[in-house]
Amino acid sequence: MEKTQCKCGYVNPPGTNLCETCGRSLTEKEQNKLLADMRYEGVARRSQTYNKSIIDKVWNFFSSVKVGVGLIVVILIAAAIGTILPQHMYVPATGETAIKAYYSDVYGSIGRVYHFLGFHDMYSSVWFIVLVGMLAISLIIASLDRFVPLYRSLKSQRVLRHPSFMNKQRIYGQGPGADDTLHKAEAKLKELKYKVRMDKNGLLAEKGRFSRWGPYVNHIGLIIFLSGVMLRMIPGFYVDETLWLREGETRAIPEAPGYSLENLKFKVETYNGEGEDARFSEAIDRVGTVVKNYQTDVVLYQQPEGSLPGATENLEFVKEYPLRVNQPLKFDGYAMYQMDYKLDELKTMTFALTDQQTEESLGELTIDLINPDERYELKNGSTVELLGYYPNFSGFENGEPQTASPLPDNPGFLVEMTTPTTPKGETSFITIQNTIEPFGDNQYKLTFQSAETRNVSGLTVRKDRTLPILGLGGFIFMIGVAQGMYFNHRRFWLQQTDNGDILLAGHTNKNWYSLKKDLDQVSEYALLPAFTDQQEDMEKEGKPQS
Amino acid sequence: MTLTAISSNLLYTAFIAYLIATFVFGGAVKGNKKGTFDSEQRWGKAAIAITIFGFLANLGYFFTRWTVSGHAPLSNMFEFTTAFGMTLVGGFILIYFLYKTAVLGMVVLPVALLIIAYASMFPKEISPLIPALQTNWLTIHVSTVVIAEGILAISAAAGLIYLLKVVDLTKKSKQRFWLETILYTLVLVLGFIISSSYFALTNYEANFQYVNKDGQEASVTYNMPPVFGMNESVPATEETLTPFMETPPLIDARKLTTITWSLLVGTVLYVLIRVVTRRWISQLLQPMMRNVSTQLMDEINYRAVIIGFPLFTLGALVFAMIWAQITWSRFWGWDPKEVWALITWLFYAAYLHLRLGKGWQGEKSAWLGVIGFAIIMFNLIVVNLIIAGLHSYA
Repeated sequence: MEKTQCKCGYVNPPGTNLCETCGRSLTEKEQNKLLADMRYEGVARRSQTYNKSIIDKVWNFFSSVKVGVGLIVVILIAAAIGTILPQHMYVPATGETAIKAYYSDVYGSIGRVYHFLGFHDMYSSVWFIVLVGMLAISLIIASLDRFVPLYRSLKSQRVLRHPSFMNKQRIYGQGPGADDTLHKAEAKLKELKYKVRMDKNGLLAEKGRFSRWGPYVNHIGLIIFLSGVMLRMIPGFYVDETLWLREGETRAIPEAPGYSLENLKFKVETYNGEGEDARFSEAIDRVGTVVKNYQTDVVLYQQPEGSLPGATENLEFVKEYPLRVNQPLKFDGYAMYQMDYKLDELKTMTFALTDQQTEESLGELTIDLINPDERYELKNGSTVELLGYYPNFSGFENGEPQTASPLPDNPGFLVEMTTPTTPKGETSFITIQNTIEPFGDNQYKLTFQSAETRNVSGLTVRKDRTLPILGLGGFIFMIGVAQGMYFNHRRFWLQQTDNGDILLAGHTNKNWYSLKKDLDQVSEYALLPAFTDQQEDMEKEGKPQS
Repeated sequence: MTLTAISSNLLYTAFIAYLIATFVFGGAVKGNKKGTFDSEQRWGKAAIAITIFGFLANLGYFFTRWTVSGHAPLSNMFEFTTAFGMTLVGGFILIYFLYKTAVLGMVVLPVALLIIAYASMFPKEISPLIPALQTNWLTIHVSTVVIAEGILAISAAAGLIYLLKVVDLTKKSKQRFWLETILYTLVLVLGFIISSSYFALTNYEANFQYVNKDGQEASVTYNMPPVFGMNESVPATEETLTPFMETPPLIDARKLTTITWSLLVGTVLYVLIRVVTRRWISQLLQPMMRNVSTQLMDEINYRAVIIGFPLFTLGALVFAMIWAQITWSRFWGWDPKEVWALITWLFYAAYLHLRLGKGWQGEKSAWLGVIGFAIIMFNLIVVNLIIAGLHSYA
C-alpha cells in the first residue's frame, strides 16, 4: 500500500482515514460519513491496513477487541467451572491416585468426569495458562496497534483544521463573530484550565489529553503483574515450604540458609464469653467454641558467618517473636506464618520393667519418642535394649512391624529385656494397646507408667521476591484505570474565516454533558455562534448513527 | 436500652423508612403521568428525604454495632449482606443527586429491602472474630468491596428499568421471558423471607441423626419442616414430619429443604399475583416506566460501572491480595470466593470493552448490567452457602 498525500500536502501513512494534520477525510467511506469517526483520530492502524502475511493475520487477530473480550469470556467460564467441585489442593488426599480416588468416591460419576477432564487442576492446566497467555498477548498487541499511531497523531495535530473536519464533529457551530472573539475565547478557555494554542486565524484548546493513555497504562500494569507471576517459576524468586516445629525444638528453616527457629511454646486460645468477651456470649452459645488466637512463641537464630551449613552449634540469637495469624515473622526477605498445629503429640513414654507375677519393679525407663536411646540401664544390671522403633505403627508385613510415618502418633517398640534372672534376654513388642511376646511367655514386661506430650506448630516459610513487581503492576493498573475513567480528553477548535465568520467544533472521548457545559461558559463570555450536538439531532430525526 | 438494642432498632427504622420511601417514589413516578414535573419534584423531594433519613439510621446501626463488637460489622453473612443493602441505598442517593431519577428509587429501594430482609434470616448475634479476621484489613477490604458492589448494583437497577421500558411485552420473545424471570427471582427471595420468618416465629425445630459424607454420625437441626432427609437420617425429636425423600450424603438436605420451601412459597405468591392482576409482573411495572428516558438509564448504567469497577478492583482484588498474603501466606489461592471475585472483575472488564464497540450500548448494556448483579449475588449467596471454601461463613 502506498502512503496517502492529503490535499494539504501532508503525507499520511497508508490506511489513514483522517489526515493527521488538517483532518480531511481521505477515504471514500470516511467522506460519506456524516460524522467523523474520532475514536482513534482516524489514524492508520496496522491491523486495519495490512492483511497479507501470516504475521499480519496474527497481529490482526490479537489486536481485535472482540477477540480480547472473547478470551476474557472463555477464561471467565473456565474459572467458573473450576469452582464446581473443590480444586485438588483443597481435597483431603495427597498423591495422584488418592486424589483420583477421592473425586470418584465422594462425587461419584460427576467427580470421575471432572477429574478425567482435568478440571480438578484447572488453574495450572496447560490450556488455562495458554488462554491467559493469549490474553496477555492480546493486551500488548491491541495496545500497540492503537497507542503508537494515536500518540503520533495527537502529538502532530495542527491548530488549523479543514472545514470538512470541523463540520463532521459531533459538536459544531457556525456564525458571525467579532474581531476579538478568538482572544476572548482564549482567555476564557485558559481560565477553564485548557491548554490553548493559536495559529493565524485558528485556535485549539485542549484538556486532559493524558486520559487517552489510561487504557494503555492500565494494560501495562496488567502485563507487569502477569510477568511478576511468571517470574516465580525462576528458582530463588519464590520459596514455599512447611516447617513442623515441636515445642522445645530448634530446627534449620528450610530454604533459608543460616537461619534456625526454636519453638518455645504453642497455644490455642478460645473466647470464653466472660469479661470483655461477654458481648459475644450469645454467638458462643450457638456455635460452641470460637478460637481467639493461634500463637507460637519462637526464637530466631542465625549461624555465625563462616560456619558449616546446617550446623546447629553456636547459634546467634536474632529475635524472639510471638508468631500469630496475621502477624508473620519477617526477616531477610522471608516471612514465617502460623498456619497449622497439632496438639498433644507424644513426647516421651515412661515404662517400668516389672515381673509379670510378683509385679516387682526393676526400675523405670523414659523413651524419647523423637530420639530414642538404643539401650537403657536399670537397677541391678538389668537393661532394656530397643531393637526396633516404629513411631507410627501400622501393622505387620511379612512378620516385620511397619510405620506409616515418622511422627510418633502410635509408637511401637521392639525390645529385649535382660535381667539377672533372665540373662539370655526376653523379646517383646509393645504398642499403646498391647504387648506381643513373639518367642513365648516372658517373665518380665514393660508396664506403661506415663507419657509426656507437647504441641507441634505448623509454620509456612515464604519468600516471594515477585511481590514488589506485582505491587507495581497493580499500582500502575489502578493509575491507568483512574486516568482513563475519571478524566476525559476535551478539545475545541475555533476558526475565523476571511469574512469574519466563526467555525466552532468540539470533541471529547466521553462525558459530552460536561463538554457542553464548558462550551456554554465560553460562548457566554466570547459570544460564540450557537452550536448543536449533531449526533443527538440525528438520533432525534431517527437517522442511523454515523 | 443497651447499645445493642439501639443498634437493631436503628436497622428497623431504616427498613421502615426505605419501605415508605419506595411508595413515595412510586407516587413521584405516578404523579408524573399528568405531565406536570412539579408533582414529581415535590414527591421526589419527600421520597429522597425519607430515604436519606433511613440511610442515616442505617449508618447509625452500622456504627453502633461497630462500637459494641469492637470490629467493623462486616464479618458474617448477616453483617455483610445488611451492609450491601446499605451501600446499595448509598449508591442510589449518590446517583439521585446527579440525575434526579425517582424511578430508580422505586426499583432500588425494594431490592435493598429484600436484601436486608434476606440478611436478617441469618444469625444476627454479635460474634467474635476468628484469628484470620483480626486485622484492619477486614475493614479495609470488605468495606471497599461492599461499597463497590452497592454501586455496581445500581447499574443493574438502571438496566432493569431500561428493559422494563423497551422490551415488547405484547409479543412472545426471549427478552420478555428473561425479564419476567428476573422479577420472578425477586419474588422467590420474598418466598424465602416469608417461609423463614413464619417458621422462625412458630419456633419450628426438628432434630435428626444422620451419616455424613465421611461416613460419620452427625446431627442436624431443621428450622423448617423437613422435605428432604439427610443420608440415613433418624429423627431425634418426636412428632416430626417424616422427610419425603432422602438425599445422597453429598447433598445437604437441610439446605435443599430451605430452597424447596422458598421456591414453593415464592411460586405460590407469584401465581397469586398473576391470577389476581391477570398480568405478568413486568406488565404491571411497564406503565410506570412510560416517562423514563432510556438514554439517561443507559448513562446511569454505564456511570455506575465506571465508578464501581475501579473500586471493585481495589477492594476485591488489590486489598484482598494484600490481606491474603499476610494471613494465608499467599496472595492468591484459587479459593472459590477469590475465583468468583475474579469472574466478576473479568465480567465488568468485558462489559467496558464491549461498550467501546457500536451496538452494545442501550439494551445490550442493560442486560449486561443485570447479569453483573446476578454474578455478584451468586458470589454472595451460592459461593458462601453451597460451595465450600475459606470464605464460607454463616
